[in-house]
Amino acid sequence: METVSVNGNIIEWTEGMTVRDVLNVMKYTFKLLIVDVNGEHVKRDQYDTYKVPKNSEVNVIHLMSGG
Amino acid sequence: MTERLSRSCIAVAGCGGIGSNAAVALVRAGLGKIIIADMDIIEASNLNRQYYFADEIGQKKVFTLKSRLNSIDSDCEIVTYHKELVREDVKTIFGSADILIEAFDKAESKQWLIEEWSSLYPDKPVISGNGLSGCGDFESIKISKMGNIYFCGDGVTSQEIGLCSARVAIISNMQANLAIELLMKLK
Repeated sequence: METVSVNGNIIEWTEGMTVRDVLNVMKYTFKLLIVDVNGEHVKRDQYDTYKVPKNSEVNVIHLMSGG
Repeated sequence: MTERLSRSCIAVAGCGGIGSNAAVALVRAGLGKIIIADMDIIEASNLNRQYYFADEIGQKKVFTLKSRLNSIDSDCEIVTYHKELVREDVKTIFGSADILIEAFDKAESKQWLIEEWSSLYPDKPVISGNGLSGCGDFESIKISKMGNIYFCGDGVTSQEIGLCSARVAIISNMQANLAIELLMKLK
């Protein structure tokens, strides 16, 4: 099975997998995120089109209000 | 260290709990130039965590903070913007800075600010305050890194549970401390 690491969790990688697909698998429904794939920052408007390569390391930060 | 800081510029987006405390720490450390931007006026509800005083209620934060910062170090160049910040301001207002400190309160604003800065200046750090609400739970406070995007805080708590001066000050000073550390490596 090909995989992707998301915040240290291993999930199955599928052909054509986008950032949006990764977020859905992880059930990250919160909208205010910062995402990077293999060290590259992915902007919110790229989530549906940015293809995540197999064996990628994806990091997702949830942004919290307060300051 | 002081010599290096004196020829550096840091931008602080927001002059509330994070921004006012971080700015004070940076200027005390000997920063040469600071850009501060915020549209708010000082309210009584700010005094539980922000670097303002009761007799300043009603004043514009950026100008009051500038006065305070200049009282600490009259040699520090302080550039102020009293306005509601939008994406386009990232380049025109903050673009000349070596590092950006994200000091907004709303998560929505944090997102566009970080995205815009990282898109325009991928080689320049942005340091965000993320998860600084509540009290205690010191062990959960950390620094997370995504390339040149840094997050200081617990990453979990949100302002709905309330904000307390001690925890806000810890994290805003973490941001300032990290900015100083990065500047020493950059230059």
